[in-house]
Amino acid sequence: MKVMAQMGMVMNLDKCIGCHTCSVTCKQAWTNRGGVEYVWFNNVETRPGQGYPRRYQDQDQWRGGWVRTKRGRLRLRAGGRFRKLLSIFANPVLPNIKDYYEPWTYDYETLTNAPLGDDFPVAQPKSLLSGKPMSVEWSANWDDDLGGAPEHGESDPIVERIRRESEDKIRFEYERAFMFYLPRICEHCLNPSCVASCPSGAMYKRVEDGIVLVDQDQCRGWRMCVTGCPYKKVYFNHRTGKAEKCTLCYPRVEVGLPTVCSETCVGRLRYLGLFLYDADRVTAAASVADEKELYQAQLDLLLDPDDPEVIAAARRDGIAEDWLDAARRSPVYKLAKVYKVALPLHPEFRTMPMVWYVPPLSPVVDRLVETGHDGEDVGNLFGAIDALRIPIEYLAELFTAGDPEPVRTVLQKLAAMRSYMRDVTLGRPANDAVAEAAGMTGAEILEMYRLLAIAKYEERYVIPTAYEGQAHELEEIGCSLDVDGGPGMGGSGPFGEASGRPAPVSVETFHALRQRQTSDDLVDPGERGATVNLLNWDGKGRPAGLFPPSRTDHPAPIGTTEPETRP
Amino acid sequence: MTTLDVVLWGVLPYVTCAVLVGGTLWRYRYDKFGWTTRSSQLYESRLLRIGSPLFHFGLLVVIVGHVIGLLIPKSWTDAAGLSQEGYHLQALLLGTIAGISTLVGIGILIYRRRTTGPVFMATTKNDKLMYVVLVAAIVAGLATTLLGASGGDEHNYRLTVSPWFRSLFVLQPDIEAMSRAGIAFHLHTLIGMALSAVWPFTRLVHAFTAPLQYLFRPYIVYRSRESGTASRAPRRGWDRV
Ligand code: SF4
Ligand code: SF4
Repeated sequence: MKVMAQMGMVMNLDKCIGCHTCSVTCKQAWTNRGGVEYVWFNNVETRPGQGYPRRYQDQDQWRGGWVRTKRGRLRLRAGGRFRKLLSIFANPVLPNIKDYYEPWTYDYETLTNAPLGDDFPVAQPKSLLSGKPMSVEWSANWDDDLGGAPEHGESDPIVERIRRESEDKIRFEYERAFMFYLPRICEHCLNPSCVASCPSGAMYKRVEDGIVLVDQDQCRGWRMCVTGCPYKKVYFNHRTGKAEKCTLCYPRVEVGLPTVCSETCVGRLRYLGLFLYDADRVTAAASVADEKELYQAQLDLLLDPDDPEVIAAARRDGIAEDWLDAARRSPVYKLAKVYKVALPLHPEFRTMPMVWYVPPLSPVVDRLVETGHDGEDVGNLFGAIDALRIPIEYLAELFTAGDPEPVRTVLQKLAAMRSYMRDVTLGRPANDAVAEAAGMTGAEILEMYRLLAIAKYEERYVIPTAYEGQAHELEEIGCSLDVDGGPGMGGSGPFGEASGRPAPVSVETFHALRQRQTSDDLVDPGERGATVNLLNWDGKGRPAGLFPPSRTDHPAPIGTTEPETRP
Repeated sequence: MTTLDVVLWGVLPYVTCAVLVGGTLWRYRYDKFGWTTRSSQLYESRLLRIGSPLFHFGLLVVIVGHVIGLLIPKSWTDAAGLSQEGYHLQALLLGTIAGISTLVGIGILIYRRRTTGPVFMATTKNDKLMYVVLVAAIVAGLATTLLGASGGDEHNYRLTVSPWFRSLFVLQPDIEAMSRAGIAFHLHTLIGMALSAVWPFTRLVHAFTAPLQYLFRPYIVYRSRESGTASRAPRRGWDRV
């Protein structure tokens, strides 16, 4: 047994209202730059729907993840080492930018510059890639809230698969439709196929917390990782020619802060915490023969942080005491392994994903309420869970490789909790039979309810603060950027967009956000160190305030005082 | 042996070599972030998937051809019983096939670069210069291959260019031999040197980090936070914490 720690996430889909706040804040923090305009480390997709990039789940087309060979070994679906090197000059299955969407901006200038006239001026969409006018025909979330589902819904790979079994199982007619939202980030897999696909060895899994990262200095732009990831969560920055991906906000996590997407989640549906797992058994678990066993195999990898044997082994393997403590308090461990209400996304890709989902009960409840039933009655709910087979099959294709049983069990637990808690809230005697029907005890239900419904910040995000002692040093680093070439000061190096000193984006963002959050005044562009909002900057031209003005060329306008020089 | 010969074949090669080695080291030290293929496949795949393998595989054969032609002395192949005619026949055959596929490949790539909007937008001046030198080198090289086949001593590079090339490594350049080579060979060599000199400063550097180690490493790479934070030497303000 080799104990390793993994920072994991659980999302409670019942609470997702599809507001996209997580996507927007993540974008603002990490991908508000040229070259990654089309990139959403966090995206929220409506299910059923095609997802982003389009139909990424269809591995017959995109060839991501692992497959089990006849001899029981794991092979990258896109081909092994030799295949990779032979196809390195042109990746045979790289998604095209159109499979994500062609990023665009609008020609706002015509709005302000148009002469007075009878017609309203129009801001034409313009491609950010070619600079040419373009017609906007697809983008991430084009099919949000089932928009265009009668037409596009058929292209959802999961719908296709379920349809194959029976003709009219999923319908997109209004009365029979169902939908829910699925926020997705990188899964920080235990068996990451993106890492395995990188010929340069630039991608790696961090020993300490299992975060999967791309070494920007070592990446050579071979783009095999993009193909390798079955969730299509590695993106190619088309300006720098390097791969980028969700970093699980490691600069924040290292200092004990939750990721940006979790922190800003309106529904407070995200949980962050540690898993302890047995690294020696990962490959074996990922290679079990029956796809439907993968969920269980993945659960079996997770070690009980209260088990003295595990604790001893963890100490031996160098896991710090406060990390062990955090693992014991981990909300994600509780939801995934103790209550078993969180399921992994597409375990059949065999990457052992570490972002787990509590499947939504709401399609079932909604249907009951719509048809005039009591949506909190356990008998109704249990009956409906079985009767409404379609959502269950759909959820099973997402979370358990098509096995409806675990999904049904989870939904029954959620239904039981709903019913049990109604009695408690209304001051009626709690009905333990309801809990037992779902295989739980009343006390367990209360605990689970607490975690799912009212857990506060510190309970939802249990992030070990082992780095706390170093936090102030990290800040020191930030300050030195003023003298060390300064990130983002160069734009283009001598060898084009990609060259020159790297701008450590975390630091740049850290400063930009801190300034934005701590200053009350609007920025005076004449001030030294004034910044522009990079989110609104498309990478072209140099907006005023992007660089500090040269003092000799532009003397301070009359009436403003020369700002004092900062130390 | 004129002064020009000395400069071109006695001095220039070493200057080129210094630029190539020095430039590569410098770039590796200071611009690892810029060290990439800067692939444009995201924008366009169809033409790239024809042109790029054609070009790259052709180029690999061309490189092998250069190694054989330049490094293996004629006396060795003679001793192995390969006649001059036989040698030239295979060189012509392989060289022409490889050369033409390289040329067609890069032709497709340049056409694609020019006609696909986003790819053209992403083309830097540096890239354009690189393409000019690269295409010139390939065209001149193909010309020498064809000429070499036409026979004649001045076109037998294995008696002129190759001995000179080998002599460079022992620091006693055989300028005499090189000056006897035909104009096409001179031209190709000069362009070749120009290509080597710009190599480290263009996107061509990606060739130096061909990821052969992929064949031997374990699939999953683990790095600890400490070693993972600094694959480049830490700079001021970026000391490891
Ligand atoms: S989800 Fe993340 S860790 Fe898993 S294969 Fe994709 S990029 Fe790698
Ligand atoms: S963890 Fe951070 S980088 Fe990853 S999706 Fe969330 S906000 Fe984005």
